[in-house]
Amino acid sequence: MPSLKDLRNRIASVKATQKITKAMQMVAAAKLRRAQSAAEAARPYAERMAQVLGNLAAGVVVGPETPRLLSGTGSDRRHLLVVCTAERGLCGAFNSSIARLAREHVNRLVGEGKDVRIICVGKKGLDILRRQFADRIIDFVDLRGARQIGFEHADDIAQRILQRFEAGEFDVATLFYSRFKSVISQIPTAHQIIPAQIGRNGAAAGSETAYDYEPGESEILESLLPRNLAVQIFRALLENAASEQGARMSAMDNATRNAGDMIRKQTTLYNRTRQAQITKELIEIISGAEAL
Amino acid sequence: MATLHFELVAPERVLYSGAVDAVMLPGTEGDMTVLPGHAPVMTALKTGFIVVTDHRDHGTRVLVRGGFADINAAEVTVLAERALASAELTPQSIDQEILTVEMQRDASHEQSFKDAADATIAQLREARAALQY
Repeated sequence: MPSLKDLRNRIASVKATQKITKAMQMVAAAKLRRAQSAAEAARPYAERMAQVLGNLAAGVVVGPETPRLLSGTGSDRRHLLVVCTAERGLCGAFNSSIARLAREHVNRLVGEGKDVRIICVGKKGLDILRRQFADRIIDFVDLRGARQIGFEHADDIAQRILQRFEAGEFDVATLFYSRFKSVISQIPTAHQIIPAQIGRNGAAAGSETAYDYEPGESEILESLLPRNLAVQIFRALLENAASEQGARMSAMDNATRNAGDMIRKQTTLYNRTRQAQITKELIEIISGAEAL
Repeated sequence: MATLHFELVAPERVLYSGAVDAVMLPGTEGDMTVLPGHAPVMTALKTGFIVVTDHRDHGTRVLVRGGFADINAAEVTVLAERALASAELTPQSIDQEILTVEMQRDASHEQSFKDAADATIAQLREARAALQY
């Protein structure tokens, strides 16, 4: 049976925790709004890029001349997984669900006899995946210093991936991130970025007109594809940032509610114990008086 | 008078969207001015100014660093890799850009990248000089 003092201490500590979780929830809500508007502002560029690329790719006949970013290396033996997670924890199952999807992917590919390498973006994913796949992780990108994710971060990651691709280190690259559906629902997603997947059917409507290309068609395609890679990563990072804040917000909301429940229970227990003690003392006094 | 729908999109945001009379673009094959009814062209852009002429303003300038323009009879869409709007255009902000490119050039080991960066720096210097007028 805990003493009254123990109970008082316990209530005080839960109250302190509740204040922290409440504050974190509010901060996450504010950051979520910013992250969401950043993700929305980036959408037109990504859409336009997809459209332009679709137009271009529709006219391209796959041959030895086509850039390998579009046609692939002709093999799919060596895989590169780019796993984007958050830098901080305390956001529910956000990091672990991305890591789980990546882990399932690795296990499946390894089971098929493929060679798998991993690049981690974000510290949390690295921490989780390092336990199991330490020897497969070849690179780690730290975004802790970045307050707001800019295009240059995505571009930097894209450059690193491209260097490895050009050095012939892998054939297929897949990007893992969490798609932001709503505050309570974030969907871990795997998206193949090399060779590029381009919606050819969507482009059909606008591609009737014959375009002139300056300089040549292939030059434009060649410089557009790496850019497209950066854009895809940028979008993934922004979606991830919004998802992270959303996940943190609902996790902290839950934590605050749990703390409230616990405080209520402990307070009832505290009052009961206090009442029992008073009753006990009264009985002692009364029975003492009766004995006289 | 017919107008063009001009859209300038940078990765982070949309910088300009609206009806314009003419747009001057710094194409890699030379500067070009696009008027309504232009033949469909897809061109890569080098570093330089985009000059927008619309009915309110004459010659709004935006500095872009690399990108693409998708042109057809009714609209022009510029996908800029990096863009500075006219309000942000000062000699200092261009100096900052030059510094960034210089750092990228020094960090790289590939000759082709270094050459490209040198060209960009030269174009940025040019833009900085042009800004005085």
